Amino acid sequence: MTSPSPASPIPASEAIRFEHVSVRFGGVQALDDVSFSVGRGEVHCLAGENGSGKSTLIKVVAGVYQAAPGARTDYFGESVTSLTPKLARARGVAVIWQDLALFPEMSVAENIAFDGLVGAPRLVNYRAIRATARTALAKLGVTLDLAARLRSLPISGRQLVAIARALAADAKLIFMDEPTASLTQAETDHLLAVVRTLSASGVAVVFVSHRLAEVLEVSSRVTVLRDGRLVGVFNAADMTQSRLTELMTGRRFDQAVTARDVGEKPIVVQTAGLTRRGEYEGVDLTVRAGEIVGLIGLIGAGRTELAHTLFGMARADAGVIRLSGSPVAFASNREAIRAGVAYVSEDRLALGLVQPQSIADNTVITILKAITGAGGLISEARKSAAVTKGINEFAIKIGRPDDAVSTLSGGNQQRVVLAKWLATSPRLLILDCPTVGVDVGARDGIYRIVRGLADRGIAILMISDEVSEVYFHSDRVLHMAGGRIVAEFDPRRIAIADLERAVYA
Amino acid sequence: MQALTERMGRALGRDVPGLVGLFVVILVVFGLTTPHFLSAANFGSIAFQLPDLGLLTLAMLAPIMSNGINLAIIATANLSGLTLAWILNMNGGPQAGVFAFVVGVVAALAVGGASGAAMGATIAYFGAHPILASLAMMIFLRGLGEFLTRGGDISGFPDFLREIGHGSILGIPAPMVVFIVAAVVWHVLLARTRHGFSVAMIGSNPRASEYSGLAVKRSLTLVYALSGVMCALAGIIMLTRFNSVRVGHGDALLLVTVLACFLGGVDPFGGFGRVAPVFVSLLILQTLSSGLNLLGASQHLSTAVWGLFLIAVMVARSSTLRTLAAGFRRSETGQASR
Repeated sequence: MTSPSPASPIPASEAIRFEHVSVRFGGVQALDDVSFSVGRGEVHCLAGENGSGKSTLIKVVAGVYQAAPGARTDYFGESVTSLTPKLARARGVAVIWQDLALFPEMSVAENIAFDGLVGAPRLVNYRAIRATARTALAKLGVTLDLAARLRSLPISGRQLVAIARALAADAKLIFMDEPTASLTQAETDHLLAVVRTLSASGVAVVFVSHRLAEVLEVSSRVTVLRDGRLVGVFNAADMTQSRLTELMTGRRFDQAVTARDVGEKPIVVQTAGLTRRGEYEGVDLTVRAGEIVGLIGLIGAGRTELAHTLFGMARADAGVIRLSGSPVAFASNREAIRAGVAYVSEDRLALGLVQPQSIADNTVITILKAITGAGGLISEARKSAAVTKGINEFAIKIGRPDDAVSTLSGGNQQRVVLAKWLATSPRLLILDCPTVGVDVGARDGIYRIVRGLADRGIAILMISDEVSEVYFHSDRVLHMAGGRIVAEFDPRRIAIADLERAVYA
Repeated sequence: MQALTERMGRALGRDVPGLVGLFVVILVVFGLTTPHFLSAANFGSIAFQLPDLGLLTLAMLAPIMSNGINLAIIATANLSGLTLAWILNMNGGPQAGVFAFVVGVVAALAVGGASGAAMGATIAYFGAHPILASLAMMIFLRGLGEFLTRGGDISGFPDFLREIGHGSILGIPAPMVVFIVAAVVWHVLLARTRHGFSVAMIGSNPRASEYSGLAVKRSLTLVYALSGVMCALAGIIMLTRFNSVRVGHGDALLLVTVLACFLGGVDPFGGFGRVAPVFVSLLILQTLSSGLNLLGASQHLSTAVWGLFLIAVMVARSSTLRTLAAGFRRSETGQASR
């Protein structure tokens, strides 16, 4: 693997230059002596895992948090201290958060011109609003219906409105938080074209993301943070996704490929020509007992929809699913669960766990019948036995079983999810992005558990949008794109860089 | 010993000791200031009045735990009471026998359960908002009742009903006995059965519950159906106590039941609630009202005091207050937050 060269000298004319930035929240050192600079008109990437300090750093630049004394904070060549969000905006800093913070019920024009509208009560001049919006959109080189309600626009359109809003407020430095997370490939390409236009007109753009394959090509430099510290600033041209992941996680990929041949073990799930219009098409897929099949694909590839169908929460329009040989057509996920299918959702917060409820209740939610004793009452003895078993088996670190599951770390929450599904003794376990929001250090533990489950004979379908996840931790890799399975790879016969090229190209 | 108190705490809810303390304080204050407060007659009257509000509050509690609400409780109770009244009247009115009464009770419970189930199904299967669905059901039942009774009372019931409404069993008023039994059943249902478990989970997050394999729609329908049955029981007890039925009877109690739930620590956002603390908070509300009554205050003033009292409890419990207190402590110790 080639090591990226240190970054070229910082451009002479800078949008911002921050040095020795430290931020502390109570006992947590969120940022520790971090430096960060962006040139005028530069396209820059700010990369780091969850909890690396990315968000804190943006909030310092945006004036939300104050850096500890001793920091250098320059905006466009001027030193500025005791910053507030209002001052930062006046200096030309705009942040577009992932939720965009727009007004769905207002028109495109009103959303774009919004920042000029707030303040002293006065009558609204709609002609001026439209003029402002038109100018801002012209700078981006896009046309949108100014009168359309924002909610009628797709995410990509709303994102353009958010950018136009920043321009209308005279932004010279725009931060974009995870901008490509919910875009299709074509929409991403369009966004990147817009960013090039912005850059050419002297507006700097900082992409904040932990998935940067798509944006690396338009960026000139990458700043990498880890655990609140600066790892380094690198030239984007020399950067690959795997090298970047390594820098963000601080782990070398000396982890070995764990793929193995399962041989002629019985087939647990087999689909033929499975189709759901608009989502996936002609999916043929086989998972054998004890096998981990990785399903890699970007958002919008149809992978979660496919998982929902296998789990009985969506119906296929055509095709067959066979479970251990017999065709099944589940009317609900309850039937699928009874038939031995388990599904670990990618959205642990909203769908995976009932966050406010206790660890114990979340562990037994799937096996209520089994813990019900005489007279239809839940047996406390059986319940606590099941909870203890789950906690021990998955080495979940908890305070008390009655604590809310939301008090646990991401990794331990995911173990609770695994425990509740393993309690149902599934034969097919579908993992949808099993390590999303799980700290890097805790991921290995999850992978080890998954491998252990496969060794017990459970068929595992592991969906992911991270190549390294499926490459190192599955026996076979299926690549899904545009609703179809387009290729199959054996991790032992392909280099990770080639797999990345195939997936992200 | 500690294990036992912990188990008791888990079974009854953490709010119980505080509420019992509050109840004792109210008893002491009124006992010292108000003549006749600590008398058998006063407690007897509390015990006769409490069950109406109590049964209706139980009917409100379960839907709130599912992150819904049942605004049709009074209308359901009234219409169920009417059902019983009609069946008694058809069988001779004052001369109606015990058998007619039993049939009437079963029919009343069925009407309550059916109207609850219809409302629950609207919410569960058609995604209607609980406020709107139960409001619509309330207007429907009310209008139907007024249409059928032409806005008047129905009375003229057999004498043995007085024994239920005003009699005592082992010195405890019969309505109170019914309420205590209903509260125990409700406690077991919500705290110990699969249905209660599902209601709490669904109340916190219906989608995650569905992904985990709970029958969300069925449970939601059932929770409103059972709430309707409890309303019917309240309607029957009201009939025996007042010896008449009229649409609109008990309307003032509707929102008091919501507040009694919140006073009893039920989470307004669903997912958490226990019968025991709600039971104690009902005792508190009824005692407050009866104490004020003995002091010569009007019924309206005691309603106003209930309102103030509940606001005070919300403020005392609020996280804002706790945050402020924590912030105060932090600035006391001189620790900057950054």
